[in-house]
Amino acid sequence: MTTGQAITPVTAEAVTAEAVSEALTAFLAERIKTEVAPDQDLFASGLASSMFAMQLVVHLEETYDIAIIGPELKLDNFRTVQAMTALVLRLRDG
Amino acid sequence: MGTDLPDHRLAIVGAGVMGTNIATLATGHGVPVVLVDVADAVLDRARTAIAGKLRHAQLMGVLPPGRPHGTLTTSTSLDDAAGATTVIEAVTELPETKAKVLAGVSAVVQPGTTLISNTSCIPVDEMADWVVRPGELVGVHFMNPSYLIKMVEVIRGPRTGEATMAAVTGLLTALGREALVIRDSPGFVINRLLHPLINTAAMLVEEGVATAEVVDGLLEGCLGHATGPLRTGDLIGLDNLVDSLNVLYERRGDESCRPCELLLAKVRDGDLGRKTGRGFYDYGKVAS
Repeated sequence: MTTGQAITPVTAEAVTAEAVSEALTAFLAERIKTEVAPDQDLFASGLASSMFAMQLVVHLEETYDIAIIGPELKLDNFRTVQAMTALVLRLRDG
Repeated sequence: MGTDLPDHRLAIVGAGVMGTNIATLATGHGVPVVLVDVADAVLDRARTAIAGKLRHAQLMGVLPPGRPHGTLTTSTSLDDAAGATTVIEAVTELPETKAKVLAGVSAVVQPGTTLISNTSCIPVDEMADWVVRPGELVGVHFMNPSYLIKMVEVIRGPRTGEATMAAVTGLLTALGREALVIRDSPGFVINRLLHPLINTAAMLVEEGVATAEVVDGLLEGCLGHATGPLRTGDLIGLDNLVDSLNVLYERRGDESCRPCELLLAKVRDGDLGRKTGRGFYDYGKVAS
């Protein structure tokens, strides 16, 4: 729930689906001023713009120390909190 | 693979918001680009920006699948624009700057090279006086982000030749853009409508009638505007907006185009919009 600009990367331990999902929901609540459900489509509902989509990519890369490249860099991976959570876990395992 | 692209080679002069946008669009569609600006530091930032915008374009699925990216070359010398089939001018919206750049480009390219100005407001025919072959100059108003918005405004000046119109149509097709062609006039269609709208929206905030969020919220919710005028201003860049409003005001005398005090103050404070991280809205960090 920090509002500052500094990003604290999450290190090796303790990346669970619950933790990622909770952190993302809090991040979205702060940035788009809306509490979203885990399966809510952020883009179909007009809550997020195409410009914000790229900020989500950078946020996830910096926070979870992952590189989202190649076929993983597609909007469907960022549509919902669930999809982003799955992406983070997949890339950290891979 | 197996694309039968004609041999387009693009030179873009000006590596700011629009220059990097157009370079992203072109390289992402397999067209090689030479990007020219005055300083290496600007070009270094532009390379980073273009890499970020290419990722954004990929994320949004707007690049042709399977087509290898065009190469990006950067240079501080206008001479390196000489081998291009088309040169796009995307420098600051100041007549003296555009005059210098267009005259310089025109002097180094071969006859038959299409010259495009991505001008915001200065009429094409005014710029035609600054080039060696006025028939080869045409206005193309790419939107921002150029790789996401398919439609472009093409401005045919009174002296723009038929061959130039055919060449620009070919290039825009290769870049996957759709064009609507209009006649020459200050601000053309888009900015003659849009710029006074943004200026008036800023005046409403300045007068305390409504906050930026409320002004944009009303335009979005009631009129179906995609981003609201003030968020659009932040995307354009408030410095460019003020320069363009001045061009319109000087040429048309329309009071709604005289940049309002709030806009001027934001430019003085360096709050130029998305590109500096803050304008009418706070973007947290500088967006790519």
